[in-house]
Amino acid sequence: MSNLYNTKYMEGMKQSVVVSLWFMFLTFPIMVIRVNTIENIIEWRWMNMIYVGAGSFILSFIWRYLSGKDISKRTESIDARGERRSILQRLVSEKKLSLPTLAIVFGIAIIFPFVSSTYQTNIMTTALMYVVLGLGLNIVVGQAGLLNLGYVAFYAAGAYTYALLYHHFGVGFWVALPLGALAATILGVLLALPILRLQGDYLAIVTLGFGEITRLVLENWNEFSFGPSGISGIPRPGLFGMEMGMHDATVYLYFLMIMLCIITIFVVNRLQDSRIGRALLALREDEIACQAMGIDKTRVKLTAFALGSTWAGLVGVIFAAKTTFVNPASFTFLESAMILSIVVLGGTGSIIGIIIGALLLILLPEYLRAFSDYRMLLFGLIMVIMMIFRPQGIVTGVRRTYEFHTEEK
Amino acid sequence: MNYFFELLISGLTRGSIYALIALGYTMVYGIIELINFAHGEIYMIGAFTALIIASVLAMAGMSGLSVLILAAVVAVIYSAAYGFTVEKVAYKPLRQAPRLSPLISAIGMSIFLQNYVLLAQTSDFLPFPNLLPELPFMAPYAGFIGSTEFIIIATTAVIMVLLTLLIKFTRMGKAMRAAAQDRNMAMLVGVNVNRVISNTFIIGSALAAVGGVLIASHIGRINFYAGFIAGIKAFTAAVLGGIGSIPGAVLGSLVLGCTESFATGYVSSDYEDVFAFVLLIFILIIKPSGLLGHKAAQKV
Repeated sequence: MSNLYNTKYMEGMKQSVVVSLWFMFLTFPIMVIRVNTIENIIEWRWMNMIYVGAGSFILSFIWRYLSGKDISKRTESIDARGERRSILQRLVSEKKLSLPTLAIVFGIAIIFPFVSSTYQTNIMTTALMYVVLGLGLNIVVGQAGLLNLGYVAFYAAGAYTYALLYHHFGVGFWVALPLGALAATILGVLLALPILRLQGDYLAIVTLGFGEITRLVLENWNEFSFGPSGISGIPRPGLFGMEMGMHDATVYLYFLMIMLCIITIFVVNRLQDSRIGRALLALREDEIACQAMGIDKTRVKLTAFALGSTWAGLVGVIFAAKTTFVNPASFTFLESAMILSIVVLGGTGSIIGIIIGALLLILLPEYLRAFSDYRMLLFGLIMVIMMIFRPQGIVTGVRRTYEFHTEEK
Repeated sequence: MNYFFELLISGLTRGSIYALIALGYTMVYGIIELINFAHGEIYMIGAFTALIIASVLAMAGMSGLSVLILAAVVAVIYSAAYGFTVEKVAYKPLRQAPRLSPLISAIGMSIFLQNYVLLAQTSDFLPFPNLLPELPFMAPYAGFIGSTEFIIIATTAVIMVLLTLLIKFTRMGKAMRAAAQDRNMAMLVGVNVNRVISNTFIIGSALAAVGGVLIASHIGRINFYAGFIAGIKAFTAAVLGGIGSIPGAVLGSLVLGCTESFATGYVSSDYEDVFAFVLLIFILIIKPSGLLGHKAAQKV
């Protein structure tokens, strides 16, 4: 028995040694050699190789342990369907638990700006903006299953609507808010019209291209958008003409975002079980069956795009008001990827998952500032690891629990 | 007319490079239906490796063709190794996962690799030595085609022919085509699909490295971000030609390269990338499966 254990242990040991040697080989030119082409010096950093070797040796053990454990857990959860629901889902779905939880979350949200610094409130506002963006994109990606990689274009549309309207006509925040949403919606429909015939990844690349076109036009069309330098001096939102200091304005914006979040959650939640929401879901599952059921495919897809981009437009206006400055550099593909990651990481189709996903993805890099140089590296790594060990996202979509209820009855 | 030829050559050169990268996208997509966002980074790592090896060799006193060959060979080996590892680490565990998961994993991998090079090397642009030799027999045509351009176009053409032969006539090529057609069926008839996927990544990454070395020599500088834009353009080209189709990727790349070149030459250089995407959107509206892609019949 112990012999068997020993051989298994030795196997693992051997595997880890191979892995670590492989990674030492792999990282050799990039990690060890640094060439200074100006002074013609080569720097040899052998220590890095030792770090890589030791690091990958340890990580391979952890990796094996985790993937072994994961498989057993996955099979188990299939056996015990329904009975095993995560704590998070129970917190949301069971009334006895959900009301106090909601009250606590709401309480924390109210108190938060008064106990933390302006800086932290600001970051929280950003995180809330991404919550709304994530929920908006979820309508398109999660519910309708249309992979949109250019979501940032609608976000930019909202931001630039406010910026340009203010710049040319002195339009205020509250007037610009619906106009920005409208502009984004129109843009969404305009984009969706020609590309409705496309499927899957063709749609993805066209939306990606569209996002890039928007950014490039903003960058190059100087007469219209003032080029790469952007538009500055955009006013923060006002409250009946009251003068507000930096801190008050931040707190005010924070509460605005909280309001918008609540509205969004409410709307999205109602949408899920509405006629449109169910049509979207049906469309995602099977287009042909969906058409056979008498659902107008074109109209539903257009609705999905329009609804999704409306939220982006709203948040765009708030973004412009928050930073008081817009330029094309804020609307790169990385931003689209970030919002998409929020949706997928949180759990496609799950509202609570997306909220957690947004808070994690935005707050994590902020609090990783201690490792400031390494934070994007870690961010990428976390995305990969997260997908490998929990590809369905933090919270599994609501869909499944929905089915269970009908079964139980 | 001379200007036209100049633009045409420049477009073909550009297109050749796109083709080398686009092939990796299209081959991977053909088999596992994944947009491998990290592919652009593999290309960048290939170019970086070549730069590092070439500099080390140059400082060791070597020069001329041997530097080019050694640097290119090492770059190809390393890119292939990176492609292989990325697949094993980030995509293989996700074979059965929902479709969006590998995509996010790929985006994460792309961010990771970019920052890895940024941290291990530098964020600045590094000058890339022109490794490609001057061909004496090209001298009479120097008016409209330089040696470098000629080498890039010729190398790409040779590689395309080799790749076509590989896919058409070897056992491995047959297995790849089988896996692309129907992965489960290929598995049933005894094709080791995991190995086929690994091979696809290795070949695709090696091609990207060749592209990386060529373009870096041509442009003369490189930084950690170079892979991203090139990757997106190459993917655009692959979709343009009909993703999953190898001749489609080549045709799409050449069309894209020439469009960009003519648009910058005759219209405006500010909107270079816009033209590429506008062309893509137009072609997809007219022919939703790309230039050479065929529409898969939908089973009901």
